[in-house]
Amino acid sequence: MTKGRFGVHGGQYIPETLMNAVIELEAAYDHYKKDPTFQRELTALLNDYAGRPSRLYFARRMTEELGGAKIYLKREDLNHTGAHKINNVLGQTLLAKKMGKTRLIAETGAGQHGVATATAAALLGMECVVFMGEEDTRRQTLNVYKMRLLGAEVVPVSTGTATLKDAVSEAMREWTSRIADTHYCLGSVMGPHPFPTMVRDFQAVISREIREQMLAAEGRLPDAVLACVGGGSNAIGAFYHFIDTPSVRLIGCEAAGRGVETAETAATIATGRLGIFHGMKSYFCQDDQGQIAPVYSISAGLDYPGVGPEHAWLHDTGRAEYVAVTDEEAVDAFEYLSRTEGIIPAIESAHAVAYARKLAPTMGQDKLMVVNLSGRGDKDCAAIARYRGEAVFE
Amino acid sequence: MSRITRAFTDGKVFIPFLTCGDPDLSTTEALVLAMAEAGADIIELGIPFSDPTAEGPVIQAANLRALRGGVTTDAIFQMVRRLRKICDIPLVFMTYANVVFSRGTDQFLRQAAEAGVDGLILPDVPFEEKEEFAASCRTHGLDFISLIAPTSAGRITRIAREAEGFVYCVSSLGVTGMRSQITTDIGAMVDLVRKANPEIPCAVGFGISTPAQAAAMAALSDGAIVGSAIVRLVEQYGREAVPHVRRFVAEMKAAFS
Repeated sequence: MTKGRFGVHGGQYIPETLMNAVIELEAAYDHYKKDPTFQRELTALLNDYAGRPSRLYFARRMTEELGGAKIYLKREDLNHTGAHKINNVLGQTLLAKKMGKTRLIAETGAGQHGVATATAAALLGMECVVFMGEEDTRRQTLNVYKMRLLGAEVVPVSTGTATLKDAVSEAMREWTSRIADTHYCLGSVMGPHPFPTMVRDFQAVISREIREQMLAAEGRLPDAVLACVGGGSNAIGAFYHFIDTPSVRLIGCEAAGRGVETAETAATIATGRLGIFHGMKSYFCQDDQGQIAPVYSISAGLDYPGVGPEHAWLHDTGRAEYVAVTDEEAVDAFEYLSRTEGIIPAIESAHAVAYARKLAPTMGQDKLMVVNLSGRGDKDCAAIARYRGEAVFE
Repeated sequence: MSRITRAFTDGKVFIPFLTCGDPDLSTTEALVLAMAEAGADIIELGIPFSDPTAEGPVIQAANLRALRGGVTTDAIFQMVRRLRKICDIPLVFMTYANVVFSRGTDQFLRQAAEAGVDGLILPDVPFEEKEEFAASCRTHGLDFISLIAPTSAGRITRIAREAEGFVYCVSSLGVTGMRSQITTDIGAMVDLVRKANPEIPCAVGFGISTPAQAAAMAALSDGAIVGSAIVRLVEQYGREAVPHVRRFVAEMKAAFS
């Protein structure tokens, strides 16, 4: 098997033009991840700038209302820029800087990764260009403004379905045309090796903290950890330090859109099959000719036809479970958490909250559940209001 | 000797590219015959893919036009079978890994070989991943064509040693599409290939659109590949593109023979 494999998944299916770039990136990453100075600088950025460690908050009202497992929320939504994305971006930007790169490019769906990348670029004095599906620039106008405010150029992508997958394709095309000074700051645990491993390592801080915080709060590890899955970076971050502890159920919540039985879904593990796309072998929503399917979810951040290779492998081995959550369930959960805990979750994270509402009552009151609240929902308020028929515009 | 190898035994080689099914397969079939008559030495047939990440806007649009027209891999195999009855020109499929993989790599290559296809180019399969596809290519007698790029420093020797058919020398950074200038030192790239593997020919592609560029690239190598400039003609003239493409190919071929 070739490099960067998780079972049959992963690999490096990219144009020859990019091969030396990913080889150089892998060598730099292998070097700096062992470099105490790099780790010290990254930890300082994560703590002093991004606000880590993020809180592990006991959701008392939600727990009482659901009447089952004790529910904790891992508050990645409280990070600077409002999502878990900053963990990975600070790691990659610092690495790119050490590699002598002066320019970052990135794809973005909901805009969270784009905003995080633009933020890190501003912080470390780098040029930044973000590719965003034209459809998503309309769904997330505020984030487009934020990226520009932070000094980044936002390039709307109108090819294909004009969503996240097309933004990834366009960022890859841009990288092949300008490599020497440019790092592609990929936002999820996907793409060619070393991205799935490197991004996972940068996000693994989430499960490292959950472990410590849960031991401090309850004196034991959780029974279940839930997270939403698009590409899967917040989920793998929340799962990673529990993978070798089989007593912890790991549950990834995919976006079913209008339902896994319809064509308007983005639930890759539920409806996709093995394929090769965007640099990796994994599961993809596709037709019988191998054409990538135009997926759909209310959540721009989960609106992607593939899933990271490590998730595909955790699914194959049965170590993690993957469930599908519809738009309607996610919107209900968005409203539910706002009302019950006074926390407005990102519509992506609301997919995990939705499944927690189903699962918690089936678990005993002595059980512990962690829901990774990957991002905050300010960006989604106008769109959800419109979904409910209120004419709210940003 | 394979049809591809034979094509390189008689002077510089001209390799035009078409996206199959753009605007429909009967036009593609007529274009292949016209290009062969006009002097093309090998023809690259693109099987459309929904998300062609190595292509510039012209070929991206052709992929989408072809898919909207409903072209399938089966229908493309049938077209090749029809062509093979009347035409002996070497045919190379250019597509993306998932199109091959989703059908079952071995089944795809067996059917391609039966139809009469001579080689396969997958721009998203680099040297490190090639055995997954190259092994089945060998089993069924197709050449798996390897690419080298301006950024391939330190890799060309390895790639050239294992190359089959010809080496596809990518002229420039970036995606496919017409360029006013090609600044890469193509001669140096070709020299490295020849030193590593004197048997393997080199053809240069990406960004070539004029007879003068094609002649210059062919002078430094064994041939030139032209895609976007031809696809642009098909975009412009649609089902009436045959005479325009025939004239274009003849001019290209005349420029370096």
